[in-house]
Amino acid sequence: MPKRTDLKSILIIGAGPIVIGQACEFDYSGTQACKVLREEGYRVILINSNPATIMTDPEFADRTYIEPITPAFVEMIIERERPDAILPTMGGQTALNTAVALAEQGVLKKYGVELIGAKLEAIQRAENRELFGKTMREIGLATPRGSFVKTVDDALKFAETTGYPIIIRPSFTLGGTGGGTAYNAEEYRTKIALALSASPIHETLVEESVIGWKEFELEVMRDLKDNVVIICSIENVDPMGVHTGDSITVAPAQTLSDKEYQFLRDASVKIIRAIGVETGGSNIQFAISPKDGRMLVIEMNPRVSRSSALASKATGFPIAKIAAKLSVGYTLDEISNDITKKTPASFEPTIDYCVVKIPRWDFEKFKGVDDTLGIQMKSVGEAMAFGRTFKEALQKALRSLETGRHGLGADGKDAFDPELLSASEKAEWIEKVTNRLRMPKADNIFYVRYGLLLGMSVEELHAITKIDEWFLRNIEQIVRMEQELKAYALPAGV
Amino acid sequence: MFTHATLVLEDGSVFRGESFGAQGETTGEAVFNTSMTGYQEILTDPSYTGQLVTMTYPLIGNYGVNTEDMEAARPCAAGLIVREYSDFYSNFRANESLGSWLKKAGVVAIQGIDTRMLTRILRESGAMRAILTTSDEDDRALLEKVRRSPEMTGLDLASKVTCAEPYTWTATDQTPFALLPVRSDDQKRPFKVVVYDYGVKRNILRRLTAHGCSLTVVPAGYSASRVLALEPDGVFLSNGPGDPEAVQYAVEQIRELLDKKPLFGICLGHQLLALALGGRTFKLKFGHRGANHPVKNIRTNEIEITSQNHGFAVDPESLDPRTVEITHVNLNDGTNEGFAHRELPVFSVQYHPEASPGPHDSDYLFRQFIDAMAANVPTVVRA
Repeated sequence: MPKRTDLKSILIIGAGPIVIGQACEFDYSGTQACKVLREEGYRVILINSNPATIMTDPEFADRTYIEPITPAFVEMIIERERPDAILPTMGGQTALNTAVALAEQGVLKKYGVELIGAKLEAIQRAENRELFGKTMREIGLATPRGSFVKTVDDALKFAETTGYPIIIRPSFTLGGTGGGTAYNAEEYRTKIALALSASPIHETLVEESVIGWKEFELEVMRDLKDNVVIICSIENVDPMGVHTGDSITVAPAQTLSDKEYQFLRDASVKIIRAIGVETGGSNIQFAISPKDGRMLVIEMNPRVSRSSALASKATGFPIAKIAAKLSVGYTLDEISNDITKKTPASFEPTIDYCVVKIPRWDFEKFKGVDDTLGIQMKSVGEAMAFGRTFKEALQKALRSLETGRHGLGADGKDAFDPELLSASEKAEWIEKVTNRLRMPKADNIFYVRYGLLLGMSVEELHAITKIDEWFLRNIEQIVRMEQELKAYALPAGV
Repeated sequence: MFTHATLVLEDGSVFRGESFGAQGETTGEAVFNTSMTGYQEILTDPSYTGQLVTMTYPLIGNYGVNTEDMEAARPCAAGLIVREYSDFYSNFRANESLGSWLKKAGVVAIQGIDTRMLTRILRESGAMRAILTTSDEDDRALLEKVRRSPEMTGLDLASKVTCAEPYTWTATDQTPFALLPVRSDDQKRPFKVVVYDYGVKRNILRRLTAHGCSLTVVPAGYSASRVLALEPDGVFLSNGPGDPEAVQYAVEQIRELLDKKPLFGICLGHQLLALALGGRTFKLKFGHRGANHPVKNIRTNEIEITSQNHGFAVDPESLDPRTVEITHVNLNDGTNEGFAHRELPVFSVQYHPEASPGPHDSDYLFRQFIDAMAANVPTVVRA
């Protein structure tokens, strides 16, 4: 299918100011979309309140509005510019929510503006958890048991059926704001009240806990001819319970056999079709029980996301750029593969390396904030690295964080030297490390190393952290190599 | 923990690494596979007979091996070459490490070599003969052995891997991840299919069964008249190793069956069918081995992401366009991926709709075979 000629001008909604959960990845996607659509000859109108973005540079759009990203302002722009379409999938949750509001208020209908990339119904099916759960059941996929509540009383009734912990996910909020995990009734009451007030529709999902399960993500693309390809699979090192944005993640998935991977692939294809995302990319998250392989669908983002930026860089497949082309009618086989230039974009990237992403936190700047990681994202950035082994990529990513560490150990910055500890000090440290690792925290990976240095076993560390033993074994290999090299150290003063 | 191993290519390249499989020596054609998952299925695929398989994905062994993901009773590849082997595995289905499984099966395997460099050599110079050994022999002697080993061109390997006697097959995939449709117990199974075993993958048998076929698997050299005596509704031509032009005895039987029964071929079966229709095959420089090959279905214009494993290909120019319709084409290099006879219920594909490993996009071809048989035998009651 050639590109659409009935569209002349397209409005792109940016993501606004940098906040936790929505950072420069949406400048990257929005800029790509502006470039592509202008190259294709469309008149591009852009709204973004954040002037410190690339996309608001004058050359990226035909008309740039630096205005608040609210339905009222966007309506004024629509009235003035009369775009034929809005592309709402490039500017994160802010852009998507604004577009939904405009559609629901009848503004788009009034001015004859079409949503491209994702239609209103598709966005609603993906974002409304009740509708999402129903859609998943219709295609034979399971989601965690849950219920939507609007009052604390209803929430307590649900808790009686499942017990604790319970996950709280307020509807329509950004980066999981107002969400959390409750381990007891007291905590639950407080957190439900917070969640209800954070949700614009005063509603929250309460869900059976899959804390400790393995977490996977797939990046999916679909075109108007219904071709679907998977760009990348991602495995979270941190198990379920930690927001993906706060997890160390690895691409591709490391501990799935082909049969299990294909199950996720088939599920993703079914999901993007059932949700009805017509063109562009989506991110789908799954939880897998490490005991019996039971698989649950957690959620879907019907738009370009933080993970798509990662998947694009990890594979060389430019998701935002291709998504923009698909939104105006091109199909995957009509677009050329950015890497080979010769072959079409209708393929699934395969890589001969491993990619590790590590979040970067800045708790020093947020006094009083609990540095325990949960389902509300707390990191302010991330570093990614490539390696031919997981160990190599992990070390490079740790070094890239600019936290003053040169990798996992071997940089003289440890809190203690295990060889110099007395027996009682060692016991104290083991207790300290154990307690520390019980809760997911920002620098837990260094405590995993401490645990290994103190002689704790991979099995023990797995029991405490639920981090898959494959990752722990690899970390153990790094620690062993460090110790082996230490034996060759020159005496002091040489 | 590891002992050393050496890989020597026909062009004189030498790679030194560590052994993680059986002790011993093996020669074969060095090829590379770009799948990121599925090493167990790849190693047990009879089409890899006589080949040393390099996995381009560097981390292999992570999820161990299990009893379910077998494409044959034992590994068939001549050897395995990886960048980093993980002796530790993590997966709820795994029951053994890859290394221990290979040792028991007597398969030589090497890790710790630069597989990216090896892949580049194979891409630039083409698939070539190689030797993989755990011995201390000097490189010159090893190179001599490589150069004395047989070339893949002209080799009939189907006769080496085919079954000795006909057998029936009734199993389907029983894992929680099985692809639908899966035959239910009350479903009628009206379609009797004879499967020519040139090195058939078990998942082809499982998929045919799941789609409602009752299977009799016969040896590669089984005569057309004996096949017809079984009164099948259709005949399936399987995948397999080696050079299709060396399997003339099979081509002759297929030619006899052409206008008598619906035929469906996969991989070597596709190539043999092309030869039976008067076409030609040729050897690809480095072949197609992986799980991400885009194929265009010319009839529907849809794209399928396919699983592939072949070193030879059909020359579409050699097929008479009046009798044969080209149905599928590879979007990466334009090579032929499928054709159908214009009048007869006879069709085949070069790639692997049974996946294992790989995507399930092309499972509809099994349905197409069922439909072809149903249309051919209108009296059959379909479930």
